[in-house]
Amino acid sequence: MKIAVCMKRVPDTATRLTFAPDGQSIDTSEVQWVISPYDEFAIEEALRIRERHGEGSVTVITVGTESSTKELRQALGMGVDDAVLASSEEPLDPIQTARALASILESRADDVVLFGRQAVDSQGAQVGALVARLLDRPFVNDIAAISIEGDQVRIEREVEGGREVIEGPLPIVVGADKSLNDPRYPKLKEIMKAKKKPIEIVTPETGAPALETIALTPPPPRPEGRIVGEGPDAVEELIRVLREEAKVI
Amino acid sequence: MEQFEGSDFYNLDDLLTEEQRLIRDTVREFVDDQVVPCIEDCFMTDRFPLQIIPTLGELGLLGANLNGYDCAGLDNISYGLIMQELERGDSGVRSFVSVQGGLVMYPIHRYGSDEQKDKFLPQLASGKMIGCFGLTEPDHGSDPSGMITHAVEDGDEYVLNGNKMWITNGCISDVAVVWAKLDDRIRGFLVEKGSPGFTTTKQEKKFSLRASTTSELHFQDCRIPKANLLPGADGLAGPLTCLTQARYGIAWGVVGSAMACFDAAKKYSLSRIQFDRPIGGFQLVQAKLAEMLSEITKAQLLCLRLAQLKDSGKMTAQQVSLSKRNNVYWALEIARSARDLLGANGVTHEYPVGRHMLNLESVKTYEGTHDIHTLILGHEITGIPAYK
Repeated sequence: MKIAVCMKRVPDTATRLTFAPDGQSIDTSEVQWVISPYDEFAIEEALRIRERHGEGSVTVITVGTESSTKELRQALGMGVDDAVLASSEEPLDPIQTARALASILESRADDVVLFGRQAVDSQGAQVGALVARLLDRPFVNDIAAISIEGDQVRIEREVEGGREVIEGPLPIVVGADKSLNDPRYPKLKEIMKAKKKPIEIVTPETGAPALETIALTPPPPRPEGRIVGEGPDAVEELIRVLREEAKVI
Repeated sequence: MEQFEGSDFYNLDDLLTEEQRLIRDTVREFVDDQVVPCIEDCFMTDRFPLQIIPTLGELGLLGANLNGYDCAGLDNISYGLIMQELERGDSGVRSFVSVQGGLVMYPIHRYGSDEQKDKFLPQLASGKMIGCFGLTEPDHGSDPSGMITHAVEDGDEYVLNGNKMWITNGCISDVAVVWAKLDDRIRGFLVEKGSPGFTTTKQEKKFSLRASTTSELHFQDCRIPKANLLPGADGLAGPLTCLTQARYGIAWGVVGSAMACFDAAKKYSLSRIQFDRPIGGFQLVQAKLAEMLSEITKAQLLCLRLAQLKDSGKMTAQQVSLSKRNNVYWALEIARSARDLLGANGVTHEYPVGRHMLNLESVKTYEGTHDIHTLILGHEITGIPAYK
């Protein structure tokens, strides 16, 4: 069983973000990075598939700067076998990222390629689908369960009011939802061993961008609240305002 | 509660390796997930969070700086960072890990026979066995050489008599490393749970380290096999060398408590409005915060250098005394100052500050009181021991 997981590092949600002077990007100098949480579910599921099958390998792949090796090492510490860094110092748009990943994946012949359902920074939910298209493989996003029997895969998804079950042949590309599993912590011994595990660094072909970021602006400051009165006398007015002006009840 | 943010005013992260940062972040996440949500209740109900022990073992946090026997074999900066992160959660949790690693696994690793190592170390590393360290007695704390507990040979066994007090993990332990006099020499004995004549009592009514089990150990004609003597330890240096390990962990650990208090105080000072402005805008509050950050930064620098000395084999017990004494003193001062800054909210468990403050009173006292470390340094400076 050959498995690849594509992950992205994203700013920790506790990090306070500031905008770079160009107004088109985030100032990353003070940012604490983490593996995008949905990608952690993907890594965990890849490890579980390998464990269930008793054999196979899991490779984690990311596109980013050379300092992304810390997050790759974290994945190696969780038990991933090896890692590939598609090195790019420039920020890439979704199709460029997808081309970079596809150029690595197309020659690997993975049975399963896993993504997180979306990265929690850009929230684009594009790259998994784009890669699947470039590889001409089926793509199922938001998966809640996956099992593999021979060359057949069975997937479950949470849908409105129930569960959808999908079956089909390998190979496949999937996007992990949070109901899939509960990711393990990297073990300290594995973190130390991860030092010796290989990280292959490649320079991928990314082609031209399809999108350009024109501007990034913070959300407008919240308008000041309004005090409609005090004590029990204010209740009637508050209900009227919530019903007629805010229209929330 | 808002997510914890550590302090790193001097960019000390730049001095850490990728692995060290990853280890620190892993333990921080573990503490956020599994310690922070339950620790207030544990403290209020006077119990250790036993449910975290398997994960402590699985992650490799027990005896993490020892080699072999399923231990993680980490360097001493990584080990220190683990202590810091655990104590950011609670001093009781760090105490559990300190005792298991520094005071139980370490002496077995260093002074034990091969049979003892094979039997106990992998079990202790996985958390399947819990250990405690019995040195202090009801009437012999700072002066352990006066201990009353003693052992005599009887055929294939040793017979122990005496009492130990203030023993972390005592009641929940599977094995106790007990120091007792044999022919007037202090020796180490491994006393297993269920040994005839060995009982424990939980110590109640503590206002500090309430999320840690503190016990008395009683030996009344307690019989253990001769094979349970630690062959490599002879004299007071045996237990004192173990204490140096544990004190090293404390020097790092309390930086975690201090960071937790500073983090809470800083956030509170920015959100608490009095006289129409955040209290962080007032000079008296800023003076407190500046002092806290200065002392945290100095304590971090002491720890890092101490770790380098330890890794290179040059660290002395006196250097550890200086760091333990300084860092615990300032962590407690920071906790008190943060408590003050939080006003009435500081006396509730809505914030972790009061709990850390109460815990640190014990940390200041155990593993060599503040004053005893002062005398160790005085001895080192003048060559004259004041405690003899």
